[in-house]
Amino acid sequence: MTYHLEFSALLPYWQDLAWGLWFTIVLTAVSTVVGIAVGTLGASARSFGPPWLSGLVRVYVELIRNTPFIVQLFFIFFGLPALGLKLSETTAAFIAMVVNLGAYSTEIIRAGIDAIPKGHIEAGVSLAMTRLEVLRYIVLRQAFAKIYPALSSQIVIVMLGSAVVSQISAPDLTYAANFIQSRNFRAFEVYFVVALIYLMLSILLRYLLRLIGDRFVKVG
Amino acid sequence: MSDFSFWVILKNLIWATQWTIALSLIAFIGGGIVGLILLFLRTSQVKWLEVPTKLYIEFFQGTPLLMQLFLFFFGVALFGIEVSPWTAAGLALTLWTSAFLTEIWRGCVEAIPKGQWEASASVAMNYIEQMRYVILPQAMRIAIAPTVGFSVQVIKGTALASIIGFVELTKAGTMLNNATFRPFLVYALVALIYFCLCFPLSWFAKRLEGKLNVAR
Repeated sequence: MTYHLEFSALLPYWQDLAWGLWFTIVLTAVSTVVGIAVGTLGASARSFGPPWLSGLVRVYVELIRNTPFIVQLFFIFFGLPALGLKLSETTAAFIAMVVNLGAYSTEIIRAGIDAIPKGHIEAGVSLAMTRLEVLRYIVLRQAFAKIYPALSSQIVIVMLGSAVVSQISAPDLTYAANFIQSRNFRAFEVYFVVALIYLMLSILLRYLLRLIGDRFVKVG
Repeated sequence: MSDFSFWVILKNLIWATQWTIALSLIAFIGGGIVGLILLFLRTSQVKWLEVPTKLYIEFFQGTPLLMQLFLFFFGVALFGIEVSPWTAAGLALTLWTSAFLTEIWRGCVEAIPKGQWEASASVAMNYIEQMRYVILPQAMRIAIAPTVGFSVQVIKGTALASIIGFVELTKAGTMLNNATFRPFLVYALVALIYFCLCFPLSWFAKRLEGKLNVAR
């Protein structure tokens, strides 16, 4: 028996795919912005904060980096309600993404901060800059320029990882794929097309991140 | 329900961990072998070998691992071959791993100074001999730390095999949760076991990295 591929079976469902794609894009965009903010705070605390705070951040980073995203997601969505914290699947997806990217970007940004010569900080202090100014204009600015490529690829990895949020029924692109294949039983066609959409998305995202990097992050 | 005590849950989870480890080993070793072959193709300077390898890597690095698992699980069945979750998960994870390892190792090969290539070419070595005797032994030294680091990603990647019905640690967690209704405890334990598997590897990778920097 030979199987005939039938991609036209997807056409009636294009709106589901479009909504799913939109959700994935919004989820990625929001968790990138918030996640990097968390990472910046985390890295600053890890490098310049008091020992207890630095230790706490370290535990957070190691815990997240050494467990799978899907387990983090399940813990937040299924586990936290047991403590009385009920979350909708969309909220849980956003929180899990932010927590995940926050840990990775903390580690990446910290590596950038470590690479800055101490003399730069001392030079800033000797110009009567406040600690916050030194952090903002000298440390973080240079750190971001150094680690931008690593951060970009982490953002792409997180975008691809977001496919997992479909497992708690957050309505993303993969959720749409699962829904469609449960309707028309064209599993291979659906997943093939959706895989290609993800591929386009990651190529576009990489391109966009490079544009942003060239425009805003480079230290000239 | 009451006979699912803490220890029963823990015992079942630890039992399931062996399949996480087995799948990780299959993916890592299989991916290493495929990755090495791809590395030879990718750095061969022969265009018709390089371009397909590049596309392969682009596909596996540019699509979600979950999609790849679905494609293998549902796609191979189209050829009339019965696919067990074992086969689908093993294949998908192997190919996924190979794409990343090839890219990591390519970086290491490219870090070897050009003079090494020229010197070995000038003593009439062909490409395979150059790689075998000159380039790889040096590249391997730099490659160990990021390779160990990537093994952590492989272990975490196997968690997705639970979605196509492969019973490993995460799937066992879901099943135990369904039986006991104690999600907080079950998923905390699952996370803890993953942590115990991954953290030593992360730590080791970091230490190797540090050592290498000192040697330079």
